[in-house]
Amino acid sequence: MAHVWRMIAQRLALGLLTLFVVSIIIFGATELLPGDFAQAVLGQAATPEAVANIRRELGLDQPVYMRYFDWLFGVLQGDFGTSLAQRGRPVTDMILSRLGNTFFLAIYAAAMAVPLALTLGVLVALWRNSLFDRIANSTALSAISFPEFFVAYILIFVLAQSGYFPSMARMPAGADLGEKLYRAFLPALTLTLVVTAHMMRMTRAAIINLLASPYIEMARLKGMRQSRVIVHHALPNAIAPIANVVAINLAYLITGVVVVEVVFVYPGLGQLMVDSVSRRDIPVVQAIALIFAAAYVLLNLTADVISTLSNPRLLYRK
Amino acid sequence: MSNLPRTPGITRRGLMKSAGAIGAAGLILPASYRKAMAEPKRGGTFRIGFGHGNTTDSLNPALWDQAFVQVLGNTMHNYLTVIGPDGQLEPELAESWEASADAATWTFKLREGVTFHDGKDVVADDVIASLNHHRGEDSASAAAPIVEAITDIRADGDHVVVITLEAGDADFPFILSDYHLPILPAEDGRIDFNRGIGCGGYILESFEPGVDAHFTRNPDYWKSDRAWFDRVELYAILDSAARQNALITGEVDVIDRPDLNTIHMLERAGVNIISVSGTQHYTFAMDSRADPFSNNHVRLALKYGVNRQQMVDTILSGFGVVGNDHPIGRSNRFHADDLEEREFDPDRARHHLREAGLDSLTVDLSAADAAFAGAVDAAVLFSESAAQAGITINPVREPSDGYWSNVWMVKPFSAVYWGGRPTEDWMFSTAFAAGAPWNDGFWEHERFEELLRAARSELDEDLRAEMYFEMQQIVRDEGAIVIPMFSDYVMATADNVMTPDQIGANTTLDGVRATERWWFA
Repeated sequence: MAHVWRMIAQRLALGLLTLFVVSIIIFGATELLPGDFAQAVLGQAATPEAVANIRRELGLDQPVYMRYFDWLFGVLQGDFGTSLAQRGRPVTDMILSRLGNTFFLAIYAAAMAVPLALTLGVLVALWRNSLFDRIANSTALSAISFPEFFVAYILIFVLAQSGYFPSMARMPAGADLGEKLYRAFLPALTLTLVVTAHMMRMTRAAIINLLASPYIEMARLKGMRQSRVIVHHALPNAIAPIANVVAINLAYLITGVVVVEVVFVYPGLGQLMVDSVSRRDIPVVQAIALIFAAAYVLLNLTADVISTLSNPRLLYRK
Repeated sequence: MSNLPRTPGITRRGLMKSAGAIGAAGLILPASYRKAMAEPKRGGTFRIGFGHGNTTDSLNPALWDQAFVQVLGNTMHNYLTVIGPDGQLEPELAESWEASADAATWTFKLREGVTFHDGKDVVADDVIASLNHHRGEDSASAAAPIVEAITDIRADGDHVVVITLEAGDADFPFILSDYHLPILPAEDGRIDFNRGIGCGGYILESFEPGVDAHFTRNPDYWKSDRAWFDRVELYAILDSAARQNALITGEVDVIDRPDLNTIHMLERAGVNIISVSGTQHYTFAMDSRADPFSNNHVRLALKYGVNRQQMVDTILSGFGVVGNDHPIGRSNRFHADDLEEREFDPDRARHHLREAGLDSLTVDLSAADAAFAGAVDAAVLFSESAAQAGITINPVREPSDGYWSNVWMVKPFSAVYWGGRPTEDWMFSTAFAAGAPWNDGFWEHERFEELLRAARSELDEDLRAEMYFEMQQIVRDEGAIVIPMFSDYVMATADNVMTPDQIGANTTLDGVRATERWWFA
C-alpha cells in the first residue's frame, strides 16, 4: 500500500506544478488578447482619460511580470485577489456560489449518466451484436453527435414548452433539494445524453476485449452463464479503462458545459469564465482556470488510484 | 405619436407603414391595446429577461452601459429629472428648475420629504456627491464627457442646488436624466454605491452580476401613482432562444430584444410584441481625415449607394425606419420633418464618384455583430447595392471581442451602433462636434460648430428649431456618417402585462422605466 500513498503524494506535487504552469499560460494568453479590462468594460463609451484612470486605479498600468507576481504572492497566501469589475468583492466570494452550482449540476448529471452508461455497457457487451446492442449504440451515438445546444433545444421543445419542466434552471434562494433537482433536470438530462455514449462504448469495448482472454474461455468451458462470466470475471478487470473514461467525462461535466449553462440560464462557472475572459477580468479568469485544472488533476489521480487498487499486480508489486 | 389597435386584416408591416405615414413615432401595442386602458393596480412579481447582463456589471453608476444595469438603476434610484413617455422632460427629485439668462447657471429646487431606503432625507449634499462621482481629473466614469461642462456645484440650503456651466446650455436639465446620474446618499462628500441604497420605487434585495437582481417595493416611495409591483426580478438571459422560451413557458413576464428573425413564432405563441421607434440607429462611420473619405463626393456616393428600405426590411425584419444620414430620430423635438429623404440612387452615386474624379471606388467596410445585431449582413447588403453604382465594398468580418477598442474609430470605415440621445444638442455634441471623443467620423464643419454653440444657449424654441434643422441638413449632406436605418426598440410581454397608452421612445423598456410605469392586469 505504501507505494500507493507515495504515488498520490508525487502526483499531487506534480499537480501543483501543473497549476503553476497553467497560471502562467493563462496569464500570458489573456495578455495576448487585444485590449484590457478598462477598454472592455467601458466599451463604446471609452475615452482615453477614463481608460487611463481605470488602469491607474486598478494597477493595470504596471508591467506584466509585476502584475503576475503580485497575483502569485497573493495566491500563495491564500488570497485570490478581488475582481476588477466588482471592486472590493473577493474573487473567492464571486466564485463560490457558482462553483456550488457547477458541482451540483456535474454530480446530478454524473449520478444519472454513470450508472446508466455502465449498465448499458455491460448489457450491450452481454448481448453483443443483438438488436438491443444496435439500438443502444446508435441512440447513444446520435445523442453524442448532435451539438449540445441542439439536444438542449429539443428537450426544451418537448419537455419545457409542454409545461413539464422549467426552461430556465435558475435556483430561487432557499430552494430545497427536491425543487433544485426538478429545476435542474433538463440541463442534467442534456449532459447525460451527451456523455453517456462515450462511457458506454468504452465499457463495451473493454469488456469485449477481455472476452477473448484465455481465462474467460476457461470460465465458459466450465459451463458458466454468460452474465456471470461478464459481471464476475470480465468486469473487475475492465475497471481501469472504465475509471479513466469516467474521470475524463466527469472533468468535462465540470469544465466544459458553458453551452448548456447559457441555454438553460444556469449560473455556473463556465459562463463566469467566458464573461471574465471577454471583459479581461484576469483575477477571476485565473482562479477559474486553476479550479478547472485542479479538477482534471484530481480526477485523473482518482482514476489512477482506482486502477491501481483494482489491479493486484500493481497493488502488491515488489 | 399614436397608438393603433391591431385589427384583423392589417399585417404588422402594413401597420408599421401606416404608422409611419401619419408621422407617428410608431408606437404599436397590438393585443393589449384595449386592456391597457384599464386602471393600474398594485401587486405581483414582475420578471424581466434581458439580452444583456454580464458578470462584470456592478452597482457603480459610472460604469453602467447596457439595458440590464440601466433598468437596475432606474428601479432602485431616482434622478433629478426624467424623460417622460412623450419625450418631454419631467421633474423627479428636482421639483423645479430655472436658468439664468445666458443658460449657464441653473438652480434646481429639490423635492422635500423624499427619503432614501435607509430613512435618510434626500438633500443637496447627496446631489452634489452623486454628480461629483463622475467629475474631476481622475474620473473613471463613462459619463465624464457629459458632465464636463459643469464648472461648479454648490448647495444653497438643504433643498437648492446651483450648478454653473462653462457655457450656456438650454438642454442642461435633460443631461441630468442620464442613466449614469442617479442620486445616492452622500457620506463625507462621497457616495458608496456598494451599499445598494437609493431612493427609487424598489429596494434592492440581492444582486448577482450577470445572473439576476431582486427588489421589493419601497413602502415609503414618494410617488403614489408609480411602482405598482410588489416585487421586481431582473434576469440576464443572453441566449435569444432561451429568452423567448422563458417568456413562452412563463418564467418571465417581459423580454427585451426578441430575435427579430423568429418573432413571428412569438406572435403565434400568444405574447404581445411592443415596438417603439425612437433614437436608436445603426451607422457606418467614415474617417473623414483619411482618403478617399476626405472627399465629400465620395461620402455622398456611398450615401446614395445604400439601399435603406432593403436594410430595414431584411436586417430589422421591418422593425425600424429608414435613416436620412443624420442622427435625429422622428420622436425628437426638433426633427426636420421637411428634409427630403435620401433614396437609393446608383446614378447619383456614379455622378458623385465622377465629381470626385474617380471611375470606380474600392473600400473595406469593417463590421462585427458587436456593432449591432446583423452588422455583418448589413455590410454585405451595402456591398451588393453599392456594386450597382460601380463601388466595390469589401465587407471585413472583425472579431466582436474588442470591437470598440480595436476597430471602431481605428479602421477608416466601420459599422456602429448608437442608442441615440434625447436631445439634439446632446447627440450632436457627443458624436459630431469637432474634437468630441466619440466623433467617429473625425468630422469638422465650421458652420455646424457655430450653429451648435448658438443653439445650445438659445432659449427661444423657434430659433433653436431653425438652427437644428439646418444642422441636420449639414450632417446629411456633408457629414461623414452613413445612417441607413433607425431600429425600433422591440419587446415582448405576456398577456397580463399592462402598459400605459404611451411608451417612452428614448430607450428600451419604456425609457428603462417599465418597473415603475407598468402593472399587471
